[in-house]
Amino acid sequence: MPRLHSAAELEELRAGILSGRDPEMPCIAVCAGAGCHGLDSGRVVSAFEEEVGKLSLGAKVTIRATGCHGFCEKGPNVVISPGAICYFEVKPEDVPDIVAHTVKGEVLDRLVYTDPDTGQKAVHLGEVPFYKHQTRLLIGDNPRIDPMRIEDYLALGGYAALSKALFEMSPDQVIDEVKKANLRGRGGGGFPAGLKWETAKNAPGADKYVIVNGHEGEPGAFMDRALFTGNPHLVLEGLIIGAYAIGAHQGFIYTRHDSPQLIAHIERALAQAEEYGFLGENILGSGFNFRVELHFDVGIFVSGESSALMQSIEGNPPEPRSKYIRTSVSGIWDRPSNLNNVETWANVPQIISRGAEWYTSIGTERSKGTKLISLSGHIMNSGVAEVPMGTPLRTIVYDIGGGVPGGKAPRAVHLGGPMGGSIPERLIDTPLDFDELAALGAPIGAGGLLVMDDETDMVEVARYLLEFLTNESCGKCVPCREGMRQMLKILTNITKGKGKSDDIGRLEDLSDVTGVACLCALGKTAPDPLRSMLRYFRDEFEAQIASGTEAR
Amino acid sequence: MRDDKIDQIIDQHRGMPGSLTRVLVEIQHENHWLPRGVLRRVAEALDVPFSRVMQIATVYKTFSLTPKGRHEVHVCTGMSCHLRGAAGLLDAVQRLIGIKPGETDAESRFSLETGSCLGTCSIGPEIIVDGTHHGRMTPAKAEDVLKHYR
Repeated sequence: MPRLHSAAELEELRAGILSGRDPEMPCIAVCAGAGCHGLDSGRVVSAFEEEVGKLSLGAKVTIRATGCHGFCEKGPNVVISPGAICYFEVKPEDVPDIVAHTVKGEVLDRLVYTDPDTGQKAVHLGEVPFYKHQTRLLIGDNPRIDPMRIEDYLALGGYAALSKALFEMSPDQVIDEVKKANLRGRGGGGFPAGLKWETAKNAPGADKYVIVNGHEGEPGAFMDRALFTGNPHLVLEGLIIGAYAIGAHQGFIYTRHDSPQLIAHIERALAQAEEYGFLGENILGSGFNFRVELHFDVGIFVSGESSALMQSIEGNPPEPRSKYIRTSVSGIWDRPSNLNNVETWANVPQIISRGAEWYTSIGTERSKGTKLISLSGHIMNSGVAEVPMGTPLRTIVYDIGGGVPGGKAPRAVHLGGPMGGSIPERLIDTPLDFDELAALGAPIGAGGLLVMDDETDMVEVARYLLEFLTNESCGKCVPCREGMRQMLKILTNITKGKGKSDDIGRLEDLSDVTGVACLCALGKTAPDPLRSMLRYFRDEFEAQIASGTEAR
Repeated sequence: MRDDKIDQIIDQHRGMPGSLTRVLVEIQHENHWLPRGVLRRVAEALDVPFSRVMQIATVYKTFSLTPKGRHEVHVCTGMSCHLRGAAGLLDAVQRLIGIKPGETDAESRFSLETGSCLGTCSIGPEIIVDGTHHGRMTPAKAEDVLKHYR
């Protein structure tokens, strides 16, 4: 494939891809996302390929191994288009039946979704309760894309936003659009992306960098991997648009070393983008040059923090620095470096294609667009969901998540991972909104939502989270290294029945000091889960100390 | 040790100090640990001081400076797996293979690691053996899984 040299050539190529495709031809999309992969979906894919080969149906059915569909709990997932017929918990033995029914245009009844309460069946994706309450703007394309094939992304309109930005908009117009859309960072901070871009653009220096933070170290968060593995070009397109707006010619992708599939898909996407002329010199004939390098985290939580991540890219140990000067002004090699999370970048192409006005019609007053949520813990339907900002947590936990197994009541909903917070069940009608949840002490964070049932011991959860963070502290600053160690010691004593009456006061004092004195966000927010638990579940701590017995 | 593979990795990045972490990741994936002699060769080929190589090799948790067993067992102790009983599962695995996290048994059959979330929370708690996920584990199922690895 020769490089594309203009917007017209891109549209010509797209038309060519579409004309070679028959929308009526059945396509069997097998989820090969992390959860389904762990449930052996690889064997399901092989079984489909074998069956189609055996019956010489290659011209009548397409098999596609795709990224995460979302409903991990019921994996391996299979979606058949046209019609988006969903089959769940598919085993290799089911494959001949599925193929036979698909070529006849029939539905295989025994594998469709059955409501555990009513026994009602749901055949199409839009009818399955898990999907019905979602707005899948980012992850919805996953079942339609083979992540190893750029053609699939192009067929769905891929890189049209890049072409629009390059040829119809100035860099300032792109930044204005993102600012108007009020796109807020999806990695945890919720900082307006447009403002960050503007800071990087206006910062002195000719060499600037843009970075995808694909570290996703937050336990219980797996939506970025689902999106990046399943649709790598979407993130890449957002990054290239951002680079154009900011005036960066070098980008970095920083991601996990322990997900071979993710790495393979990103490397392939980078190579294909270069081959087609979306990366490299003179992108689409616009005169804009941009390259991307791939870097890995090697198993340290704090390297997801922006300044530590940039240290790591430079080849230094990932230790954060204090940010008197923002990384968007002085980051990698002291140059302006704009870092956004995977999901933030993935939002950019649709904002450019469909406009800020459309984008701001979704969400709440101060939180726009949709948000990917990783649902896990004590929940019936775990997986990756995407909902408009402002969706009540109740909808996510009950309508999408199906509630707590065994009909139990949730005790708490935990958001934001180890630096987030837990809120009690009575606040479950709170909308998913950056500011409202932060005010309650349970910030959205990256989007991990854990449900804890009524048998959960909150003191033990607080201890667990502090243990995690104590182990992950890089040790550079004393308040974090020592403060957390002492808090962990006190909490461990409480869980062992050796709590003292003034322990809660001491924990609060230590939380206050670490909260203000630590160098980076890891330390500053480390006491937050404990704070939220003392705020809402204080009686449990008091009872545990008073009882003097070992926790369950 | 697969020396030719390691040489190949080093050669690809010869004279590129910026590739240090990348080279170590690739060698770790290929060889499962980083022998001192190999680290010396990396320092020489990439033109970085040996002290720098050691700094990077010791700061990241994934790098191992000691040999690993034939099979690497990873018990996820991420928060979701924790809520679903990872602590009990880890106890059972420790009992079954007789080693603690970070250790390798005397016959070099197993190395045990715990670690943060691998993103497959939906099928937790789980153990991962040589990269293969075994989800929805119970102590009894773990015994069944582990006996297949010799």
